[in-house]
Amino acid sequence: MTQKYLIPLTAVFLLFLVAYAGAGAGLGWFFGIVFPYLAVIAFLVGFVIKVMGWARSAVPFRIPTTCGQQKSLPWIKQNRIDNPDTASGVFIRMLLEIFLFRSLFRNTKAAFNRTASNRITYSWEIFLWVAALAFHYAFLVVLLRHFRFFTSPVSSWVQFLEALDGIVQLGLPGLFLSGVVLPAAVLFLLARRLFDQKVRYISQASDYFPLFLILGIALTGIFMRYFTKVDITAIKEMTMGLVTLSPTIPDGVANLFYAHLFLVSILFAYFPASKLMHLGGVFLSPTRNMANNTRAKRHVNPWNYDVPIHTYEQYEDHFRDKMIEAGLPVEKKE
Amino acid sequence: MTKNMIMGGLAVFVLAVLSPFWFNMVTTTQAAPEPELLGPAKEAKKCVLDTYEMRANHMSLLDEWRDAVVRDADRIYVAANGHAFNMSLSTGENSCLGCHEDKAKFCDACHTYTSVDPYCWECHTNPKEIE
Repeated sequence: MTQKYLIPLTAVFLLFLVAYAGAGAGLGWFFGIVFPYLAVIAFLVGFVIKVMGWARSAVPFRIPTTCGQQKSLPWIKQNRIDNPDTASGVFIRMLLEIFLFRSLFRNTKAAFNRTASNRITYSWEIFLWVAALAFHYAFLVVLLRHFRFFTSPVSSWVQFLEALDGIVQLGLPGLFLSGVVLPAAVLFLLARRLFDQKVRYISQASDYFPLFLILGIALTGIFMRYFTKVDITAIKEMTMGLVTLSPTIPDGVANLFYAHLFLVSILFAYFPASKLMHLGGVFLSPTRNMANNTRAKRHVNPWNYDVPIHTYEQYEDHFRDKMIEAGLPVEKKE
Repeated sequence: MTKNMIMGGLAVFVLAVLSPFWFNMVTTTQAAPEPELLGPAKEAKKCVLDTYEMRANHMSLLDEWRDAVVRDADRIYVAANGHAFNMSLSTGENSCLGCHEDKAKFCDACHTYTSVDPYCWECHTNPKEIE
């Protein structure tokens, strides 16, 4: 079981060292220019191919998960969001799912009772939801803050976000809250996989790798900002070169930055092939994005094969005499 | 989800991912500031740290100086190159701005370029502005 996390951990270490040493050996143009471009292309092409594949797959049945009262008789109150029968209800359900991870909020855990009865009980387990929400929003803030390296002059919304994220004004350079929340949440999600035996049993290398990779990205970023320090004017010159398609390698770009950029590029390139594709997949969750209106509307399987069908009326016409003779009930008595 | 909705969403996503590229094409992009030494700094040929250390680490140095001056009344900093400096951002000729006289070029150019908004100037003033 240990190799499932040791291999990804080693891989992230090696990737870091490859970029750090490689940049030191004068391969900055590869880790700083060639690979990031390749990674962005791989990310976009891979993402589009994956989603197009999903879009092509048939959705023959309505399979919404029903988490509340279905639309029924007029005096029975329907749960319009958890069992929607209209597009607007589905929209709200998807909005809550995407922005608040509502289905994760319902997470339960199974455990044996510690009492003599030793019965299995299910209890509400909210920490996965809390950590997931903290992780995703901290990551979003970190991602959006990085737009300061891609526009010049920097847009005011980025500066507003930075002011909000740095509201504690602790130390110099000022502490960003997302820089605390992100690694803490990743470490919780990692600890959950490592120390909860049931989760550990179902965790694969492909679950650990993104966690270690994101932790590596966060830590290299944090080290650059708070500990080892780098010349960010030079770094911004370089990132601006990348996004204006006139790449340059200015003097004084730290090797640690190449390692950070390389890990980010690996994340981008790996993204479409990984479970991280839930970024696109969440929009296509068939159990969430369909209205539960199977009784109100007739849904015909779009790839129904055109076969001659034999309806009940035809069946009864065919066997009416024999049915009457055997005493079976018939709808038309000739 | 109809196919058109999926394709629409995908197009929006691709545009968002590529936003740093097209945004810089449709707007004018400011070039990186060119650092230059002016006035007394040009003749001095000495600073508290060497160039790279200064660019990367000056904020930590100022933070340490502030604590040293305010808490321990320790006002003299002896640099690695043996020269002694007054631990001051803006007071006197031996301070940062006493030597680097042009705040707009020495501080603001890079801070604005990289969207850094230090709160130094909530207490300190640029000596050039006091007349």
